[in-house]
Amino acid sequence: MPTVLATENLDKRFGGIVAASNVSLKVESGARHALIGPNGAGKTTLVNLLTGVLRPSAGRIMFDGRDITDLKPHERVRLGIARTFQINQLFADLTPLETLGVAISERRGSGRDWWRLAGSKHGVMEESIELIERFHLADVMSARTAILPYGKQRLLEIALAFACRPRVLLLDEPAAGVPEAERHEILATVAALPHDVTVLLIEHDMDLVFSFADCISVLVNGALLTEGAPEAIARDPRVRAVYLGEAANV
Amino acid sequence: MSSAPLAPPDAARLVMNRARWRFSEIVFWIAAFATIFLFPGRHLILTEIAILGLFALSLDLILGYAGIISLGQAAFFGFGGYCAGLLAQHQLVTEPALALVIAGVASAALGFVTSFLVLRGSDLTRIMVTLGIALVLRELGNRYDGLTGGTDGLQGIVIDPLFGQFRFDIFGHTAYAYSLAVLFILFLLARRIVNSPFGLSLRAVKGNPLRASAIGISVNGRLVAVYTIAAGYAGVAGALLTQTTQFASLDMFSFERSADVLLMLIIGGTGYLYGGVFGALIFKLMQDWLASLTPQYWQFWIGLVLVVIVLVGRERLEPLRGAIRKRILRLRPRKTAA
Repeated sequence: MPTVLATENLDKRFGGIVAASNVSLKVESGARHALIGPNGAGKTTLVNLLTGVLRPSAGRIMFDGRDITDLKPHERVRLGIARTFQINQLFADLTPLETLGVAISERRGSGRDWWRLAGSKHGVMEESIELIERFHLADVMSARTAILPYGKQRLLEIALAFACRPRVLLLDEPAAGVPEAERHEILATVAALPHDVTVLLIEHDMDLVFSFADCISVLVNGALLTEGAPEAIARDPRVRAVYLGEAANV
Repeated sequence: MSSAPLAPPDAARLVMNRARWRFSEIVFWIAAFATIFLFPGRHLILTEIAILGLFALSLDLILGYAGIISLGQAAFFGFGGYCAGLLAQHQLVTEPALALVIAGVASAALGFVTSFLVLRGSDLTRIMVTLGIALVLRELGNRYDGLTGGTDGLQGIVIDPLFGQFRFDIFGHTAYAYSLAVLFILFLLARRIVNSPFGLSLRAVKGNPLRASAIGISVNGRLVAVYTIAAGYAGVAGALLTQTTQFASLDMFSFERSADVLLMLIIGGTGYLYGGVFGALIFKLMQDWLASLTPQYWQFWIGLVLVVIVLVGRERLEPLRGAIRKRILRLRPRKTAA
């Protein structure tokens, strides 16, 4: 499998705090890759570095063999890297239908059209509907996003990233804060993502990680501790020591 | 959860619903144009209201739709005003409508150049930067008094008849019809823009710039674009004032003007296009009425009204508006079933 996304000796310091230290991560094309680590290990920092929200202090980020370290977030999206956020980052005043329409229009290059009405492009609407159904949002599609149940907002969060038709999708704790009853819907959605999309999953939920991932990287104090297949990671005594401690019975 | 199978046209209808013409809107514009014939004696103040409405619309485009706060929108208002004045004074462009377009485009160009200064930073820095730009322009006007007439203003402007036909009379009949028509046309354009994919992406940027960039939107690009458009709108408003009063002064750049237009927008409500127009209407009528009651202290009442609006909050005034709307809707003729 060729590598699609890679970091080379990535460093990020905030003043004296080291959030990422010499991280060289390789994500293979089509992989279901999970990134785990205790709180404060620098997982979200790494996602922010990969998506361009933060600039690294040192090191490079490669996408498809191309150096993207200096690209802005929206330019990386256009190349095919999309993400979800740990804390919902949605457009409170737009409806799910409008939200997805914005992302789809943008990707199709018609997001700057000012002379025609939003909603007047058949292709965009067709695609929006497809996503609305795929992500179970049909019953809330024309409600203001701000009033949606939390679980639906979480689904929209993923749908919105997916609307960018990413080649690599970074999921930052997709099930975070979702009540147990609505959880299966999120997990099923994540599991059903098409296999031509490479997924990098950041997660605390060990059930989800071990049922989903085919490769796991463990991040501790901003550095990669180890990497490997789920069974190997589950057996690794160092991982158990630093991370699985309280969840060793999974 | 019963979800009937969806068809793209149904979804399209749901999205385009925002852009539908409401009955009350149609009534509003018919009423606005009716004032041309109904209140021929009030055309001077109505002209001013139309111009201020356009000016407030320009601020609404950036504040209400893109979340850019400005206390210096008068920079473009004054710039457009002086452009129109100089074009007429030097007989460069004698057709008022053409001069208006040129003034608008020139102001938009100025908006484009200065937009890069307001991209960065918080609301506070934006307030300071926009305020600063207006002050700088005003002082430039003061310094180059050979061109601008300095503190005396731009004198001796003669505006030719509109389209070579309609002379600007002292009662303001032509001026009002002209200003209202310009407001209407630019309102239609703004309505189109805010309901377009571009407009929707602006709302996304305003709502959450972090996420907007995470779905591939160039946030800065959008802000530059809308700031440029809004500057053009403000410039046209300023040019209209110059043309209809045949005078331009440095007061057009003043802080009071920027502050007044923000006041109007707050009174009328941001984030919907009628906010600026209603705000200008209420502000001007209130000012006119209060000034006739208490010529010296009218600003006291304006201030009081403002404090009440902010303290009571728009949300609590909302039921009132709903009640008024219902009243209007009751007047609506029954639709015949299609």
